[in-house]
Amino acid sequence: MTRALTPSNLREALSLLGEDPGLVPMAGCTDLMVTDPVERVELPAVLDLTRVRELRGIRRGKEALEIGATTTFSEIGSSADVEELFPALARAARVIGGWQIQNRATLGGNIANASPAGDSLPVLLVLDATLVAASTNGERRIPYTEFHVGYRRTALEPSELIDRVSLPIPVPGSVQAFRKVGTREAQAISKVVVAMLGRVEEGKLADYRLAAGSVAPTPVRLAEVEDSIRGRSVGEETASLAGSLARAAVKPIDDVRSTATYRAFALERVVRRLTLQLI
Amino acid sequence: MLFGATVRSPIPHARIDTIRWQPEKAPAGAFCLTALDLPGPNGVLLLNDDWPILADNEVRHVGEPVALVAAASRLDARRALAAVEVEYTPLDSVLDLSEADPENPLAVIQLEHGDVERALGASDVVVEGEYRTGHQEHIYIECQAMTAWYEPDGALVVKGSMQCPYYVHKALVHALELPPERVRAEATVVGGGFGGKEDYPSLIALHAALLAKATGRPVRIAYDRHEDIVGTTKRHPSVIRHVTGIDEQGQLMAMDVDLLLDGGSYTTLTPVVLSRAALHAGGVYRCPNVRIRARALRTNTATNGAFRGFGAPEAEFAVERQMDRVARAMGLDPLEIRLRNVLEEGDELPTGQVLDDTTSARLCLEKAAALTDFRRRWSELEEERRQRADGEPMRGLGLSAFFHGAGFTGNGERRMRSPVKVALREDGRIEVFTAMIDMGQGSAVVFPQIACEAGGLTEDDLVFAEPDTARVPDSGPTVASRTTMVIGRVLAEAIAETVELVQAWWRGTKDLEEDLTVAEGAVQSPDGSSWTWREVAASYVKEKGSLEVSRRYEPPAWQQLDEETYQGVAYPTYGWGADVVEVEVDPDTLEVKAQKVTAVCEVGKAIHPTLCAGQIEGGTLQAVSWGLMEEVKMEEGRYLNDRLATYIIPTIGDSPEIEVHLLEQPYEGGPFGAKGVGELPMDGGAPAALAAVENATGIWADEIPATPERLTAWQEAGDVVESIAGEATKRSSSED
Repeated sequence: MTRALTPSNLREALSLLGEDPGLVPMAGCTDLMVTDPVERVELPAVLDLTRVRELRGIRRGKEALEIGATTTFSEIGSSADVEELFPALARAARVIGGWQIQNRATLGGNIANASPAGDSLPVLLVLDATLVAASTNGERRIPYTEFHVGYRRTALEPSELIDRVSLPIPVPGSVQAFRKVGTREAQAISKVVVAMLGRVEEGKLADYRLAAGSVAPTPVRLAEVEDSIRGRSVGEETASLAGSLARAAVKPIDDVRSTATYRAFALERVVRRLTLQLI
Repeated sequence: MLFGATVRSPIPHARIDTIRWQPEKAPAGAFCLTALDLPGPNGVLLLNDDWPILADNEVRHVGEPVALVAAASRLDARRALAAVEVEYTPLDSVLDLSEADPENPLAVIQLEHGDVERALGASDVVVEGEYRTGHQEHIYIECQAMTAWYEPDGALVVKGSMQCPYYVHKALVHALELPPERVRAEATVVGGGFGGKEDYPSLIALHAALLAKATGRPVRIAYDRHEDIVGTTKRHPSVIRHVTGIDEQGQLMAMDVDLLLDGGSYTTLTPVVLSRAALHAGGVYRCPNVRIRARALRTNTATNGAFRGFGAPEAEFAVERQMDRVARAMGLDPLEIRLRNVLEEGDELPTGQVLDDTTSARLCLEKAAALTDFRRRWSELEEERRQRADGEPMRGLGLSAFFHGAGFTGNGERRMRSPVKVALREDGRIEVFTAMIDMGQGSAVVFPQIACEAGGLTEDDLVFAEPDTARVPDSGPTVASRTTMVIGRVLAEAIAETVELVQAWWRGTKDLEEDLTVAEGAVQSPDGSSWTWREVAASYVKEKGSLEVSRRYEPPAWQQLDEETYQGVAYPTYGWGADVVEVEVDPDTLEVKAQKVTAVCEVGKAIHPTLCAGQIEGGTLQAVSWGLMEEVKMEEGRYLNDRLATYIIPTIGDSPEIEVHLLEQPYEGGPFGAKGVGELPMDGGAPAALAAVENATGIWADEIPATPERLTAWQEAGDVVESIAGEATKRSSSED
């Protein structure tokens, strides 16, 4: 049998984790419970975070919106603040898994699971999110672009929990876009997922941010593409260039969900389309 | 109770060198069994017994059972698998049809009607096409599961999820060398079958029984989804080549069909699947010269078996797409080419069968076309495609016409002469004994309905026995769209005969002159006296003792198929249908969303219209998703997507609106005119869906599933409708 520790507040959770960094933190369980039953019982003890109130909720500040790690995607997808400030994140929250998954799955879980196909992750990348990690030593702020360091590897220390994600409130006039290309309408893992943020000033892209999932070992922010596109005038030429640069910037793989060729094709077409729609 | 688990081959083809059981590495009390421990022949008896219960010297597909273990819990059984060490020497393997040996087939069927070579030579236009379909998983909700035990008197009982208790019974009797009366197979409520519970339950029942026999304890084996996908039968992949000759009026002159099915590694039911495929390969079209060469080849993949439609969906996918290709070549629309060639009463099938007045292909086509305004909208969308603005959704319409032979193929029903038994109980109820299973298709509703109608009874006057081979006669398997049409008819006859016997006796005892009527559970005489059926029948039992009536199915005398030449009458009647599928394709990603299907089906008589429409909705969805999304992906003979997260079936969000229209042309051989319905809707959805994608995108799609990955590749390769029209024109002008 697997041992489950059930702390009732953050301090207790962090101290349990500090004592035994081998504990597996557990929130919505939507990734954990679908593992093989034989392997699952071999898991070391789990740290159940569902009773830790401090980790849950959405708080709007002057400079940033903060989302607690165990906030569910249903909560994110139905939050008026998220809808107003970060429509791309709201949209992502509403296409993750299905309704049942969204009721259980948490933002922190999606981040910690660190799948290259995690739907919310490219959105966090383009929103310039900062991840706040907590341990018995206090808090540590990690720029989200530095968080995913390799295939299913993150900058999180074993003794740390994801506490919250801080999203800076975008400059007025910023437009956000999100598109998931999945295997079906719901309960689908992405073949390609794209997030974008742009701001047009006097016909030119004053800001342009692009991130993608399922096209590399980690979700990726395509900084080189952004550099080439920023400052260009909006329109077909820029959109097509963005698409082809994005395609050239990634090296997707064949796997059980799709092919490298299709992923590259879909990425190019979606980036072009979303860029056209930034106006 | 112990729990069983199965050691499976990780290699597609290998010699087994050693199998070592290391009990010290297994949970305490675990037990292991291999082919060496079998008490009788090592074969699952279906058509033949070449399917090993456990591989002995050689494994022929990944996932083939090599040894069985049993332990005190499901998890312990899983852990015990690691204590079985198997050494293999890999051998050359054949992983798909392109590598298979055509000289060593599992089955061959050839039929020719007319003179194809000559007719092709005389045709104005010749169109060639090659079509491919992939594996399909049944994805019944309930995975395969079976429990076996020995009764104190030594009788073996297996109980579990199965469509055909007598198939399981026969396999147990054969492999365990037991007298038939010492074996019982009992079906539980079955959580979905689609053919997947036709052949495979015999194997898992044998596994559970062998472990029960060896351990002296009841043993349960229940697969999880992963093991169910890896280990069990699937729909046969196919490669079907058509060469079609047409005259300048667009009339079919010749059809030459070369049909290959991938049978997997063992025979199971493949020859019968091949037979049904061959018999449906010409589709619903009149053609004076037809040649069908059908072969099922061996590959080192899991054995393929029964799946709703049983070869017909593969064959009809190919012929329907070929008709679309012919239409393109002739510059006709998809409706016109079909209307010019569709089968009607008096026309001949490739078997020489002359069709009767229950032939409704034209009726279905015209109805489907009228309901959807097909011709106008199809042409408008063809036009729209050529001038669509960037980013606009691509909409398209596709049409298919199809048929399905109802009941067993050829002489099958005559060999079985399936019985139904009914018996009066002391309380006056009639107990009905059949081996038929309700696996969700609704026979538990339709049978009482038929019985009530036939006897003038109410449902309370009836009791249906559980399908247990110790109690019910062998009324055959619950397959082949035969349950309502064949067994339903025998049931109606047996009930009517029983009611007649009882009311005649009652009339005699009451000294009544005139006939009594039985209606809604009441027996009434013309003078106004009335009794309940149950009091009358209970008196009968009290006075005369129990009454049992057995009736057997007698197929029409004219249903005779020559199994050498394949000439004759393969099916006494056919269900007919036409589908119009409407899709929207994403202009950027080529993701296809099926939005609506208009399904027109002629079913003889819809005994229960809601359930009948439900069968058609479910089958249509299964067919459309086979065409667009369901794909078994393999690498080196190993399934890559052995879970529901990766084997993609539609969610409710992917499901099109399905509008069902039932048409009725009663078939006198079925109860109240009913024809078989279960498989018919599986035949039309896929080709119509691909035709709709073609109308929307201009991409010529000849392989299913037509995933966005494939559509992209075809588009890049220039497989578009313009090139087909061009090709055919060239051929016709060069041959002039």
